[in-house]
Amino acid sequence: MSAPDLTHASRREAIAFILKNAFISAFVALVIFSLMIGVRTEAGPTGQLIYWTRFDDLATIVAVVFAGSIAVELLRQWWGPVGVVGAIAPSVQRGLDFAGKAAPPLLLIFAFLVPVLFYNQRYLLDLSILVLTYVMLGWGLNVVVGLAGLLDLGYVAFYAVGAYSYALLSTNFDLSFWMCLPLAGILAAFWGVLLGFPVLRLRGDYLAIVTLAFGEIIRLVLLNWESLTGGPNGVSSIPRPTFFGIPFTRGDDGFAARLGIEFSPTHRIVFLFYVILALALLTNWVTIRLRRLPIGRAWEALREDEVACRALGINITTTKLTAFATGAMFGGFAGAFFATRQGFISPESFTFQESALVLAIVVLGGMGSQLGVALAAVALIGGFELFRGFDQYRMLVFGMAMVLLMIWRPRGLIGHRAPTVFLKQNTAISAELAKEGRG
Amino acid sequence: MSHESILIVDGLTMRFGGVVAVNGLSFAAERRKITALIGPNGAGKTTVFNCITGFYKPTSGVIRLTHDDGRNFHLERLNDFRISKKAKVARTFQNIRLFPGMTALENLMVAQHNALMQASGFTFLGLIGVPSYRAAERRAIDRAKHWLDRIGLIDRADDAAGNLPYGDQRRLEIARAMCTEPALLCLDEPAAGLNARESAGLSELLLSIRGQGTSIILIEHDMSVVMEISDQIVVMDYGVKIAEGAPQVVRDDAKVVAAYLGADEEEAAAVMESGA
Repeated sequence: MSAPDLTHASRREAIAFILKNAFISAFVALVIFSLMIGVRTEAGPTGQLIYWTRFDDLATIVAVVFAGSIAVELLRQWWGPVGVVGAIAPSVQRGLDFAGKAAPPLLLIFAFLVPVLFYNQRYLLDLSILVLTYVMLGWGLNVVVGLAGLLDLGYVAFYAVGAYSYALLSTNFDLSFWMCLPLAGILAAFWGVLLGFPVLRLRGDYLAIVTLAFGEIIRLVLLNWESLTGGPNGVSSIPRPTFFGIPFTRGDDGFAARLGIEFSPTHRIVFLFYVILALALLTNWVTIRLRRLPIGRAWEALREDEVACRALGINITTTKLTAFATGAMFGGFAGAFFATRQGFISPESFTFQESALVLAIVVLGGMGSQLGVALAAVALIGGFELFRGFDQYRMLVFGMAMVLLMIWRPRGLIGHRAPTVFLKQNTAISAELAKEGRG
Repeated sequence: MSHESILIVDGLTMRFGGVVAVNGLSFAAERRKITALIGPNGAGKTTVFNCITGFYKPTSGVIRLTHDDGRNFHLERLNDFRISKKAKVARTFQNIRLFPGMTALENLMVAQHNALMQASGFTFLGLIGVPSYRAAERRAIDRAKHWLDRIGLIDRADDAAGNLPYGDQRRLEIARAMCTEPALLCLDEPAAGLNARESAGLSELLLSIRGQGTSIILIEHDMSVVMEISDQIVVMDYGVKIAEGAPQVVRDDAKVVAAYLGADEEEAAAVMESGA
């Protein structure tokens, strides 16, 4: 998003515009807050009015509004539509573009180093495992919602199928995690196809409603089929994952003893971290590959125009079903991982809220964008933890942040689409052109 | 109904509730020729197209397609995507239906879905990147390049289809249909919204497509295009065929002039003349 024909005059104009806006904002803030914050009133012990001034606080607020307004305008310039004359110098723009390109590998390296950097901070390790689980779920749902344009509100159903598959197979048949993982994926994919069939003819809102109902059906079945799933009590004492047969226990045949190092419960956490990182990266790799294969292009074409797809001889039925199955399979993997990490699962973990959260991650990240989804997962899950300090205002702050983000970035954090194949130049396609898909 | 006909429509009737859009229409489209389907608005032309390309299931009638090798397809029995996949009938739409968020090149790649799907071993072989799939993809890109070259859009291959000018989008849609390697190409008002120069370019493109052996059926209101390139014209009004034949014959047909352009024959004749 560069503006090559940027002249000094137009940049000065843009700066003047930003400053003007900032002054107006600051003035409005001064008027509003002068009485709200500037003067504090209270009833005295005998009922008389006591007041005192807090002009220093007022000055701080006004200054924050002023600076905030400038920052917001600058961000707008940076993210704004192509060709708009920006106040950001070309050199800075180049730097930002470079940062955009360098972000994925740097984030990846950082992800690999997380257990090393935060080895002694159990809380951070747990949080990063949680974030990665949601990154994986987001990437999985991205196939269905972002690429194929099928709005799925019941994604948590496949997460639940994966989790219960592993929990039941391992507790009843003593199958290991690595045996169950593909089985959980296959079972979830099977349920994805099963959901896909009845909703093939549905589009948009109707599709969303049916998938929502499907998610609830799965949860209610898990809740009520007590003989199999244990009902509301869930499944407990699910086997922990082993390092290819070596358990992470204190005993002589444990992981630490075999390696001759001192036992620490963190070993298992680090192992879990790398397992989910590998699973998430597998999801990412497969999705990126699929996008460049005919099936991935057909998914995106389906999102753009279903009628044209049919005219080109693309089988809509199988194309939609494979999208559902692929997304569901990754959800199933993530579910199996969730079960082995928790050691205990119950239907409570698979409510609609989870579906909504994963969908929020996909929408916030920018539909179809792998990096965007990862960033959104970090922002949503990590941000949610960050706001813990706000206590009861957490949801308020969180909601406000989302509203603001959607105002500035209605197409998500990364709102453009990269072509899957190109002749000369790999130009990003603006999100305004790409369809969101109506099911 | 000779072997020379690629498409034979026999007694085609399409009812929507009480409305009879097409009533017992019969005609044959010749192989390697351009057949134009014309008629006033609401005559049922697009309905015929939708029946041929499987978007509607005809109430009654037979639509038979014969390939060069003598294989027969009953299009009224095939359902939607199989008509394009098996019977090799491609179509464009009255309102352009490109994939606007995908590049011109990607649009042409999607059109080669079935061939590529097979080459990618239904995704599994493609996922691990076997050489045979890569070769197939290169061939697909080459075909797309060939068509982009022919419609003069090679320099805009990497631009989003939705960003192209209207006339380019029309040509790209034809190129996309051609990338499915059709035996029969159905064009629904390909010249709509084009200026005179673009129309001339379109005529040239269609003639070159016919020249390479693809049969074409088109619906068109632009008489200059119809008269210039059609080998045969079928005229419809109120769902029935009112005339059929070579452009000259149809142009002089009194029934056509009356039905197509209203009762005022003098005015009608003048318009037909100007179109010729």
